[in-house]
Amino acid sequence: MMEIRGTGIGQGVAVGPVVRMAERLPEPVDRPSHLDPQREGERARASLSVVAAELANRGATAGGAAKDVLEAQAMMAEDPSLIDEVTKLLDTGKTAERAVFEAFAAYRDLLAGMGGYMGERAADLDDISQRVIAHLLKLPAPGVPNPGHPFVLVARDLAPADTAMLDLDQVLGLVTVDGGPTSHTAILAREKSIVAVVGAADAAALADGDTVVVDAAGGLVISSPTPEQVADANARIAERAALQSAPVTPGALADGTPVPLLVNLGSADGAAEALKLGAEGVGLFRTEFLFLGHDTAPSVRDQQEHYTRLLRAFAGKKVVVRVLDAGADKPLSFLNAADEENPALGLRGIRALRHSEVILREQLTALAAADAATDAEVWVMAPMVATVDEARYFSALAKELGVRVAGVMVETPSAALIADRVLAACDFASIGTNDLTQYTMAADRLLGTVAILQDPWHPAVLRLIGEVGAAGAELGKPVGICGEAAADPLLAVVLVGLGATSLSMSPSALADVRASLARYSPDDAKALARAALAAEGAAEAKQAAEAAASEITASRATAS
Amino acid sequence: MVERTVRIGSTHGLHARPAKLFTQAVAASGSQVTVQKTGGSPVNAASILAVIAQGIDHGDEVTIVVDGGDEQTVLDELVELLGTDHDE
Repeated sequence: MMEIRGTGIGQGVAVGPVVRMAERLPEPVDRPSHLDPQREGERARASLSVVAAELANRGATAGGAAKDVLEAQAMMAEDPSLIDEVTKLLDTGKTAERAVFEAFAAYRDLLAGMGGYMGERAADLDDISQRVIAHLLKLPAPGVPNPGHPFVLVARDLAPADTAMLDLDQVLGLVTVDGGPTSHTAILAREKSIVAVVGAADAAALADGDTVVVDAAGGLVISSPTPEQVADANARIAERAALQSAPVTPGALADGTPVPLLVNLGSADGAAEALKLGAEGVGLFRTEFLFLGHDTAPSVRDQQEHYTRLLRAFAGKKVVVRVLDAGADKPLSFLNAADEENPALGLRGIRALRHSEVILREQLTALAAADAATDAEVWVMAPMVATVDEARYFSALAKELGVRVAGVMVETPSAALIADRVLAACDFASIGTNDLTQYTMAADRLLGTVAILQDPWHPAVLRLIGEVGAAGAELGKPVGICGEAAADPLLAVVLVGLGATSLSMSPSALADVRASLARYSPDDAKALARAALAAEGAAEAKQAAEAAASEITASRATAS
Repeated sequence: MVERTVRIGSTHGLHARPAKLFTQAVAASGSQVTVQKTGGSPVNAASILAVIAQGIDHGDEVTIVVDGGDEQTVLDELVELLGTDHDE
């Protein structure tokens, strides 16, 4: 039995055999081949054509948009120009592996240099190159394995495309060696309700076929578990299944104080599922997907159509839309400057929009029109606000263009510290805990090496949230939470204790948070918040809140 | 050998799906075909990598040269393909 620590995503538990994802192959060594160029050429062409056939097959199975992408990749694997290039390289005495590597790399660099859409295709070429080299070396192809039975996937990290393609009937759980709690892998895992532990450094030692218990709630992976541990895990899996099927009620504390439970959505597609799980509205609708992958902003009409589709699904409910948040990890060629040394601290969010105001005006116009055409209650908010001036600017522009309720996201310590003045300049605030934590702790949220600092339980972060909550209560303005912190059932109670009036999360987290809130009164929530605020670090804050929570539960048990 | 110059109709230029459809049609035609962006040099039109590496955008003019096979029919077909907006 061995315990491996990491960061758990969600509250789930899984038990199953490990299947490791093949790691990226090293660059083939540039050494003279001991075969003649003709023989190496046969090897290269054979592997290229096997990989092309595999990609075409995968495309046929996937269908839809993936089919086109995979068919194009299959054509690239058998591209005549590429084969010419490989042949030329082989004639200089290189091995097939090296020639394939260099030929793909040359095209990869060419496309990467073109930027934009072409730049994104560069990664496709890397992937094809890896597959061909793996075939030449008779090694497993990189990518998500398909062993034909349910398994726990262990990987160094997953590309977003890999995470999106996971077959959820087969993948019981996910363990990554790298990656922090707010890496995109973690966010996707949470969105798809995959039981996951990320940043588990020692998981690198796990071998194919090992049985493991993945305990996301405990941030723990147990290898070679005892029969008791397996039985316990299975009991918890059954318990959670029961919880998920519990009746869906509006979010409220034990005394009935409502705490609306909203969801974070990235497109209109997830609406039906979210409503089924009891979403009382949308607390964060991300609009980037409408813009990403485009060379220019979509037209007002296209935008309005999509917003209308989402708003129809949430008729009579609140929908908080975040205007385009480009920059840092999600750059857009038409909005963001090409090279910034610190993009997370650069021209992003409202700063970038203010710089290209026409894009913001068009988006607000489309949102106001969609609002007028539907029965949903539309609130619009600006990302990355750091000053009162930005809040006032956004609010005035939104109102001018017909938006009824305009607010700001609090993601910077500056906005939190002067929340009273920021809130006075707009209608509401919504706290993005991921970025607020990143900026408070000065730790890049995408960097595994500093993932330990990316913890919203840190009392410094909680104190800033408390400032915003207090300002909201004073001015009678709503303060929502739309970061991943709201999905943590105990932290959710602390956030309410700090003054949050609504919580927005992945739909998959609703049931756990709903059950947790119902256990505590408003005074309990304040007591939990006080305990966490007084701690010296993130882990201590969590422990203090847990201790306060058990005390409350224990005193209830004695009283009843 | 026949040739014609045509303006690209696809909103996103000759990238991704339109490039795939174009090179697939070239490969299926059996003719030797080159495509040349105005100001550039001619490349093998059956090579998707060579085609997308030209960075041909919406509205750009390209010259197609067809050699061998049913030249005129192949040329007409390819010209029509390039003039259509596949991204709508």
